[in-house]
Amino acid sequence: MVDTIIRIENITKTYMGKDNKVEALKNISLEINRGDIFGIIGMSGAGKSTLVRCLNFLEKPTSGTVFIEDKDLSQLSESELRRVRTQVAMIFQHFNLLMQRNVLDNICFPLEIIGMKRKAAVKRAMELLDIVGLSEKAKNYPSQLSGGQKQRVAIARALATNPQILLCDEATSALDPTTTKSILSLLKEINQRYGITIVIITHEMSVVQEICSHVAIIDSGELAEHGTVEEVFTHPRTDAAKKLVFMAGQTTSVMKGKKCVRITFKDNSAFEPVIANMVLECRTPVNILLADTRNINGIAHGEMILQLPEEESAAEKMIHYLMERKLEVEVLKEYVE
Amino acid sequence: MWNEAVVTMLVEGVFDTLYMTLVSTLIAYLIGLPMGIALVLTSDKGIRPNRIIYKLLDIIVNIVRSIPFLILLILVIPFTRLLVGKAYGTEATIVPLIIAAAPFIARMVESSIQEVDSGVIEAAQSMGASLWTIIWKVMLAEARTSLIVGATIVLGTVLGYSAMAGTVGGGGLGDIAIRYGYYRYQSDIMLVTVVLLVVLVQAMQMIGMAVSRKLDKRTR
Repeated sequence: MVDTIIRIENITKTYMGKDNKVEALKNISLEINRGDIFGIIGMSGAGKSTLVRCLNFLEKPTSGTVFIEDKDLSQLSESELRRVRTQVAMIFQHFNLLMQRNVLDNICFPLEIIGMKRKAAVKRAMELLDIVGLSEKAKNYPSQLSGGQKQRVAIARALATNPQILLCDEATSALDPTTTKSILSLLKEINQRYGITIVIITHEMSVVQEICSHVAIIDSGELAEHGTVEEVFTHPRTDAAKKLVFMAGQTTSVMKGKKCVRITFKDNSAFEPVIANMVLECRTPVNILLADTRNINGIAHGEMILQLPEEESAAEKMIHYLMERKLEVEVLKEYVE
Repeated sequence: MWNEAVVTMLVEGVFDTLYMTLVSTLIAYLIGLPMGIALVLTSDKGIRPNRIIYKLLDIIVNIVRSIPFLILLILVIPFTRLLVGKAYGTEATIVPLIIAAAPFIARMVESSIQEVDSGVIEAAQSMGASLWTIIWKVMLAEARTSLIVGATIVLGTVLGYSAMAGTVGGGGLGDIAIRYGYYRYQSDIMLVTVVLLVVLVQAMQMIGMAVSRKLDKRTR
């Protein structure tokens, strides 16, 4: 029952400068299925914000096509596009609430746009405030709210018109970790309760890990990799993905170019003391350079980077030992540059 | 000198000045407000970029704004005659006042609207808001305090201009000050008109600021 709700085909976006061209997006194709929480991750300046704006045509791609529920956005008239936009809601890093309207009227705003009567709009807005847990703040103004509360109002506003899709542009980047967690769990709840497809743009791995089912990695305007979060996080193939997943920037450069391997632990392999047994059996020490476990969709995944002994035969034996234990072993040629 | 005639004249002067200032500011807003909005929309960063319209408006505004009011006053006399039938008195002064105030207002409106966070406008677009909704409910509504402060400044300036028109028989307090204070050396009457002008400007300023503060929901 795979049902594609967003389909992007070969989109590029080029900005014309005075005497240079900037290619923000290079030939990106993606499909997002209904009900997914789809993360788009990349370093700042990678083009992910431009990409998400192409999904509701706030930015028109230079070439390529965007389909929302099989409607080609480039073929729509201005008013048809506006109608599609009422179904593709968006929340932002800086919330973008109307500062001169109170919370209730902010949520009524998209309902005014679709021409709903005031009374019905207020009723709907109160329901939404209840969902985001801010009923008692209806008459407050945005300037009286905390960041997390503002984002909750923005989410309520985005949900007002019963959209099929919710785009989140760095929605948690201006929030502290605790508030981020609560906003993410609210988004997850919305996804599960109403089946709204959520697209999350972020530069934080933790956000993707926390709630996304699928992820795409954007690196300098190109789609580096995409797939389920589990696939991409446990077996990153491209350098861009590896950089994000293994936080290469954080490792030290004490290593002197010895043979290193990365081991990925899966499922229950963490129960057996593999490394200790291996050391005992081979009677040679290894150096653990990095060890980490991450929780991806409730399953613990461990990874470890080992520096093997200089002696070829011992190193071979260890790799063989690890492979025998059904662990993913990858020899790293140049782990530390 | 404080006979009834002088008092009546001063009272009439106050009313004439207020009449000229308010009427010409009001009409000038009918021209300047759309111009200011158009400047914002058609600029490079606007939501309907259009270099030709922007440049055209920009040049018109700059040219008119760079002509000193006193010279503009004389420059447009033929046009004023055509419109009002005469070149002196309060009605005739309203014409150059509108011409001078409209581009000034356009700039004030432009800078007020530019203060509105572009993210909020983007949010409205993402909700499928029409251009009209964005102008009315986002740009003007969000910029309202700044617009009112701007209007207060415009009123003060137009009041000053209207007094200048006194030199060519424009009517109002400025006219009285010139005729009595300058031509007849009755500096006491001139002093009174100056005090009245100061009081008027102060009153407008206070009302404008109070209204804008009352409407501002950003700081609590």
